[in-house]
Amino acid sequence: MDDREKLNRLRWRCTRRAMLEMDLLLGEFLERVYPTLDAAQADAFVTMADMEDLELWPLVNGQREPDDAVQAEVLALLRNVRVK
Amino acid sequence: MSKQSVAVRKFDAVIVGAGGSGLRAAIQLSEAGLKTAVLSKVFPTRSHTVAAQGGVSASLGNSEEDHWHWHMYDTVKGSDWLGDQDAIEYMCRKAPEVVVELEHFGMPFDRTDEGKIYQRPFGGHMSNFGEKPVRRACAAADRTGHAMLHALYQRNVRANTQFFVEWMALDLIRDESGQVLGVIALEMETGEVVAFHSKATVFATGGAGRIYYSSTNAFINTGDGLGMAARAGIALEDMEFWQFHPTGVAGAGVLITEGVRGEGGILRNSTNERFMERYAPNAKDLASRDVVSRAMVTEINEGRGCGPNKDFVLLDITHLDPATIMKRLPGIREISIQFAGIDPIKAPIPVVPTCHYQMGGVPTNYKGQVVGDDGAPVRGFYAAGEVACASVHGANRLGTNSLLDLLVFGKASGDTVIDDLRSGEIGLRDLPADFADRTLARLNRLNTQTGGASVNECRLELQRTMQKHCGVFRFKDMLVEGVAKIIEVEKAVAHTEIKDKSQVWNTARVEALELDNLVEVAKATMVSAEARKESRGAHVRDDAPDTPANPNGRDDANWHKHTLWHREGNRLSYKPVIMKPLSVETIALKTRSY
Ligand SMILES: Cc1cc2nc3c(=O)[nH]c(=O)nc-3n(C[C@H](O)[C@H](O)[C@H](O)COP(=O)(O)OP(=O)(O)OC[C@H]3O[C@@H](n4cnc5c(N)ncnc54)[C@H](O)[C@@H]3O)c2cc1C
Repeated sequence: MDDREKLNRLRWRCTRRAMLEMDLLLGEFLERVYPTLDAAQADAFVTMADMEDLELWPLVNGQREPDDAVQAEVLALLRNVRVK
Repeated sequence: MSKQSVAVRKFDAVIVGAGGSGLRAAIQLSEAGLKTAVLSKVFPTRSHTVAAQGGVSASLGNSEEDHWHWHMYDTVKGSDWLGDQDAIEYMCRKAPEVVVELEHFGMPFDRTDEGKIYQRPFGGHMSNFGEKPVRRACAAADRTGHAMLHALYQRNVRANTQFFVEWMALDLIRDESGQVLGVIALEMETGEVVAFHSKATVFATGGAGRIYYSSTNAFINTGDGLGMAARAGIALEDMEFWQFHPTGVAGAGVLITEGVRGEGGILRNSTNERFMERYAPNAKDLASRDVVSRAMVTEINEGRGCGPNKDFVLLDITHLDPATIMKRLPGIREISIQFAGIDPIKAPIPVVPTCHYQMGGVPTNYKGQVVGDDGAPVRGFYAAGEVACASVHGANRLGTNSLLDLLVFGKASGDTVIDDLRSGEIGLRDLPADFADRTLARLNRLNTQTGGASVNECRLELQRTMQKHCGVFRFKDMLVEGVAKIIEVEKAVAHTEIKDKSQVWNTARVEALELDNLVEVAKATMVSAEARKESRGAHVRDDAPDTPANPNGRDDANWHKHTLWHREGNRLSYKPVIMKPLSVETIALKTRSY
């Protein structure tokens, strides 16, 4: 798969989720923050985008903290996303 | 793309949709040994059913005395008498059975001390034919939909259901006699177009809430099943009826639970007035969903909305103790910060009435068979869940009846397929030579279109038009104008242009194809709403007010009937409401008041 294909697949998995909250947040993150991530962070985000919404949502709203350090970095950026 | 490139795969049954209804249907079919394919735009447990938190209703009577007949009464009344009483009886009678079955599939329901399924109260659930509230909702904490999908998915894995994940069904295949022979679908990963040729086709594609600008529905709810059915000549039923939730975050649509007003949240207009005191002096901010929604729209329409465009009102909890907010309303602060850009401890939350649930859909009977205008089944075609109109929700859905609908009619449609196969009513018939032509023409148009409209802009125009002209409170002139506007939108949609013409993971193409479906739903909704000159359930018109002759604006003499919208000619017809239940007496027409 080339880069365009990978990015489009990620876009689909970020914006066709079970919860509207997650469509909005991950979609916004993908457009604005994802292009600025380093390789390790980008990989961590792809892993997080593959989580189910009810796994990811508690991480995003601060009810849970991740074990992984890179995930924690990405999560801090994700928590800062504002959708308006 | 030439015709030869459409590969054909054969199945006994193909189910489009892997939410609660599709997975429930698949269990019946796979466990009966049928070769069953389930197609889904996303991994099954990412279907929108996950978002349901409130629960699923069944008159188990675990906490106090309850009866399916009382549940039936509540549902008929909730539907404002537009629900079909045979289907409603069927659903309410089956409820205990399907809920207990789900428990056996591994659903982790909350339990009472004695180990029975715990039941909680919910709006509209009453005992003894509307006398007093009863505990009927069964839940798994606040993750009922999620837990349900997981239980159903595991059961399907065990039964060897074949899943086609990240596949989008594009069109129904019908032959000259009208029999449905399967679907044509697109695999996103390859761009390949494949015909799923089957003896039975079950639609379980969920709702279409994305036709509105403000919607609590996830992006996936683009009404694909409705678009496919309409393009194949199946009329859509009661599409004017959409349930709105009063408090969605303005712009984003994210739902702010009723609990916020329960804890003391107050709605205010641009003059900072607590306006609900004028509309509902007793219940105030806690009046029923439709009363609050209409009051909000009236404030906005009369120029007392907030913000630069005066298009929302405010939900104020700044007077509550921050500790209470954090303890009793977990997540609300985060939602407000992320989706409204405000901290609700310091500033009020901008909110608007927001589209939540689609009552209408593909017409079916209580067995899950899709029916034509004459009520006769369309051979080979079945539907269940939010895409279908059985009709159990009529003009207004009762909370928790939707998850129940998925279980009951998902199962029923599976059972009916099995019966129809056994009786020889359906079987594998040859594909007509031109079966893929219309779909390929549509794809080809997208591949070659130049100088066309942008998909995003068209979608936005569609959503804004629906929100403004056909929202929670409806006005004659706005509806008439809305019909003209939505036809303009349709013209633009017919010429959408995508820059990306590639095959593999072309999400731009998929979104353009979704828009083709949204526009069918939008037309059906606007045209049906313009025509229905009464207020009933969720369809409330300013020119059909509450009068002694027509309480709540409901006009049974002229409008106690189902709407059918036909894509061909943008035309309407009507059919009677089924008032005769299966075994009990008719629940006679009455004014709906709570
Ligand atoms: C925020 C929220 C809360 C809710 N809470 C409750 C509640 O507490 N209780 C209750 O009873 N109801 C509730 N509802 C309503 C209820 O959740 C839905 O009506 C129900 O889950 C719909 O289930 P479904 O099986 O019909 O479709 P969905 O779960 O929406 O699944 C649709 C499936 O179809 C697939 N699909 C769609 N189009 C295509 C296509 N073209 N090709 C292939 N696959 C396709 C999707 O991938 C998906 O798998 C709530 C709704 C919302 C939005």
